[in-house]
Amino acid sequence: MDTKTVLLCGVGGQGTILAADILAKVAAAAGLKVKLSEVHGMAQRGGSVTTIVRFGEKVHSPVTDPGCVDALVSFEILEALRNAHFLSSEGIIFVNDELNEPMSVRIGAQKIENDPVAELKKRKAHFIPATETAISVGSPRSANVVLLGALSRVLPFDENLWLDVIEARVPEKTLEGNIAAFKAGRGFSSRMDKEER
Amino acid sequence: MSEKLLLSGNEAIAYGAWEAGVDIGVGYPGTPSTETLEALSKKADVYTEWSPNEKVALEVGAGASFYGSRVLVTMKHVGLNVAADPLFTLGYTGVNGGLVLLVADDPGMHSSQNEQDSHNYAPFAGVIMLDPSDPIEAYEMAKNAFKISEKFDTVVILRSSVRVAHTKEMVEVGRRGETKKRALVRDPKKWVMMPAFAKIAREKLDDKFVDIARYSNDSKLNRAELRDKKIGVVCAGAVYHYVREADSDVSVYKVGISNPLPLEEIRSFASQVDELYVAEEADDYFERSLATAGIACKPLSVPRRGELTPELIKKGLGYSNLSPHENPEQVIARPPLLCAGCPHRPVFYALHKMGAIVTGDIGCYTLGAIPPLNGIDTCVCMGASVSMAHGIEVADNLAKQRGETDEVIPPVVGVIGDSTFAHSGITGVINTVYNGGAGTIAILDNRITAMTGHQGNPVNGITLQHRPSHELELEPFLKACGVTRVRTVDSTDIDAVTQALEEETNAPEYSVIIFRSPCILLTRTWPAAYACDSDKCRGCKICTKLGCPALSFDEITRKVTIEAGACKGCGLCAQVCTFRALTQTESEV
Repeated sequence: MDTKTVLLCGVGGQGTILAADILAKVAAAAGLKVKLSEVHGMAQRGGSVTTIVRFGEKVHSPVTDPGCVDALVSFEILEALRNAHFLSSEGIIFVNDELNEPMSVRIGAQKIENDPVAELKKRKAHFIPATETAISVGSPRSANVVLLGALSRVLPFDENLWLDVIEARVPEKTLEGNIAAFKAGRGFSSRMDKEER
Repeated sequence: MSEKLLLSGNEAIAYGAWEAGVDIGVGYPGTPSTETLEALSKKADVYTEWSPNEKVALEVGAGASFYGSRVLVTMKHVGLNVAADPLFTLGYTGVNGGLVLLVADDPGMHSSQNEQDSHNYAPFAGVIMLDPSDPIEAYEMAKNAFKISEKFDTVVILRSSVRVAHTKEMVEVGRRGETKKRALVRDPKKWVMMPAFAKIAREKLDDKFVDIARYSNDSKLNRAELRDKKIGVVCAGAVYHYVREADSDVSVYKVGISNPLPLEEIRSFASQVDELYVAEEADDYFERSLATAGIACKPLSVPRRGELTPELIKKGLGYSNLSPHENPEQVIARPPLLCAGCPHRPVFYALHKMGAIVTGDIGCYTLGAIPPLNGIDTCVCMGASVSMAHGIEVADNLAKQRGETDEVIPPVVGVIGDSTFAHSGITGVINTVYNGGAGTIAILDNRITAMTGHQGNPVNGITLQHRPSHELELEPFLKACGVTRVRTVDSTDIDAVTQALEEETNAPEYSVIIFRSPCILLTRTWPAAYACDSDKCRGCKICTKLGCPALSFDEITRKVTIEAGACKGCGLCAQVCTFRALTQTESEV
């Protein structure tokens, strides 16, 4: 297969790096070469985080260029828009329908220009209530895995590969919740397929 | 027996070093190098420690090597500046046990104050430099580096960068090899660099590099990849992969040993391609080195600043088939912030209110510069807060003595964290006392090195491998340095913080205030969250000046709200609220 590029983004503490790690391990388990690149220098303090996962028969660069991303998975609305120019013309966006305002906005020092949701809709983004879903399946911190579930439908990996990697990667006591989160995420994606048909 | 693991470049280096039989790991945390020593510290058969700074780390490494052990020393690029002093002399002495120095550069400055290219250090200091391009190579090179260090009796710098350090791929790792510790060799001619011996060592160094250059030209770590011969590109590190991605048909000379460069091999490569280009980040080390050797080459027309990407290289090669993409949306910035509940927020809040001139330092506290706290005027390098505060005072006194100004400047306060104080703030304090300075220093002691991910340090006495240790007590230490005014204040009490800063900046003597409160992320349990009583809130926005991420102001209702999940119950907002609108909720978080 040609090299595929997935860009995961969000705000520090949302679990982007764990999600990227799971995706990378699924790709490796499927027998592909994989590279994962993180920028998390100051992310721990609530800054933007981006992680790029690339996989295929051969992978050279660990980073990608604008216009080259096949799937963008965002844990937050503004971060989705910040990275939207990385998408290729056929690229797909999954975004958690949650807006995390930068502090300057929250304290009234700055305003968000334009309507980020409308901007993302122009790019045919798929909004997924990942946080809500994660809470409803009893695993509030697994919004990242809900989004991975949605992403999994558009990637050529068997569902069992995903479940095996999740089982090996998440803490045992959260396993059940994470698996439910993943399946719920896959459900969103399959409903999306029907809508498009 | 081997297994495949998804490893970052940093972790891969730790595995490589471990398999090469490294006995000792020592360094100072710094992004993007930190995880290397952390990964190595988990190996039971290796001794690892954090040093207070990189100079000390390299000197510990030099001692271990002198003794005959294999040792890995780790730091980030700016740390190498601190360690430059011993490094340059170690170029002369050479080593005994293999001494490998990991230096991780940060082109693009994701988390650094500059983007210096460490390549320049290797020829300057007269040591070998290896340049891995990805985690697999980082693993292989870390394994080889100790042998190379011992073979040529020199320090080997393993030069990494953020895209090697923080890239992960599947790496096939193996077992720890058997290495025999070399005998301790007591030889003053080798290790005592007084002029008579240093002159001989310098000669030996030059001779040695003739051999190493031959090795570099023969080594498989450097390789010519001949494809389409119209264009050849010389590159190293992660840039190699960007070039391959940009165009898999161009010929590439992949440099693995960047000092000494395999100039004869590159010359021969150059003669086989029509045009020779150089692709490198943030500097022109390769371009200059080739030009000096008389090898005609051109830099790719790419920015000299920042990181390269495959597309930048395509543009640099003049290709027009670039990926179509829309222009980036102007999205509001999301700068990193002091955490919700950070107990040291009041110090910046008070300093800003006082209008103090604040010389700042490296670490979480650099974030005190961001609005709305606006509590820092300078940030140059570790320890500079203490010495720069003294410098401002000396200059101001002098200007006034000379009648050049009668403007009264605001009080000057140097702000530094506990780890950074141990790193290089100490010498600044000694200097100020020695020279009769009289400013004020605030040590924000949060009991940990927080910015790089909670490493221990001499001030809290937590060692990397949790060995029994001693905690450096700042109060008696500062008194022993000759600071007469030393006081300790709980930084979570805004009134006490303000009072201490006012009193100490008005005092005629040099003073140090230790603001002591542990990092909010050290404990995982916090007091109950605060909430805003909207009947009492008048929308004055005073609490928003604290810059707490848990707090927001609703423009429509003109009231404040506190996000319960984000609030850590520190109650600072309640301390500044004149209308008692902010109170603690019942439930524990």
